[in-house]
Amino acid sequence: MQPINTKAIQQRIDRMKDQDLYLHLELTTGAYAAHLDSSKHPAATFVSNAVIRYTHGSISEGDGPYRVGLKMPQGWVYSEGLTHYEESDTERLIMAGHDSRGKLVVALQLSREPF
Amino acid sequence: MERHILVVLPHPDDEAFGLSGTLAKHIQAGTTVTYACLTLGEMGRNMGIPPFTNRVGLPQIRKRELEEACRAIGIQDLRMLGFHDKTIEFEEPELLDGSISALLEEVKPSLVLTFYPGYAVHPDHDACGAAVVRAVAKLPANKRPRVLCIAFARNHEQAIGRPDVINDVRGFLKQKLAAISAHRSQFQAAELLGSKALTDKELQERYGTERFWTYRFN
Repeated sequence: MQPINTKAIQQRIDRMKDQDLYLHLELTTGAYAAHLDSSKHPAATFVSNAVIRYTHGSISEGDGPYRVGLKMPQGWVYSEGLTHYEESDTERLIMAGHDSRGKLVVALQLSREPF
Repeated sequence: MERHILVVLPHPDDEAFGLSGTLAKHIQAGTTVTYACLTLGEMGRNMGIPPFTNRVGLPQIRKRELEEACRAIGIQDLRMLGFHDKTIEFEEPELLDGSISALLEEVKPSLVLTFYPGYAVHPDHDACGAAVVRAVAKLPANKRPRVLCIAFARNHEQAIGRPDVINDVRGFLKQKLAAISAHRSQFQAAELLGSKALTDKELQERYGTERFWTYRFN
């Protein structure tokens, strides 16, 4: 995984619009969040291989962590906190947000084939 | 006196803290106000303590709160533009800018109030301000209304200087506090006023001044 290059991400978002895609969207504060710090509310959620199609999408400007929004005919996909992407995987868009200790907090992935 | 003020902000309650006193003051002087609120704040996290609504019910509750706040301020013309909370920066620019251009064309405001793009902290605030600035910039220079912006990002004065419009709204705290209180899903009384009621002097210090920066197009 490499630090996000917004221009590369935007090109891939544009290339994948208007087609059925498999979405993996995930957010987690970690299974041990409340064990390590009782003030933390443990929360995690993921959707894996939901089929979506978006007509318009973009990545935020600035220095990151980044936000991505994908506009669908009936709603939105939104993700905040993205820091890295997989540059070598040109067929799929694999993005993640890692915290200061390197742990994954958020993931947003799109592919034409199921994950 | 301003003939017609167009306010463009993304969330119900954005109007209450930042400019409700200024609007009440203008309205008392005879100005008409059109308030375009881009979203219903449907992604807000506050649902009351304990929660009295949920993701599904929140938009309708915030819509009613917004209408009540507008009545408290005296706003004559409220437009809810139907964009989705948290998505303003991702919206199709033609759609977003087009809706603002249409309002500029329709109400021909003498003054526009919005957030200062880049210095308003929340991505929806920045994107809202940027869209307003783009739409106003499309008008010929001699047709552009004055645009006043709210800024509150950390260190914003280093970049854009001191506010050049400072409004004393101490005479309109009744309307302002009523507008803030109307958003009851968002502001708990304790959070708003502290554990004990504030004195008049404390209220005036906290809410009695509203600050704006004139947006320079050149």
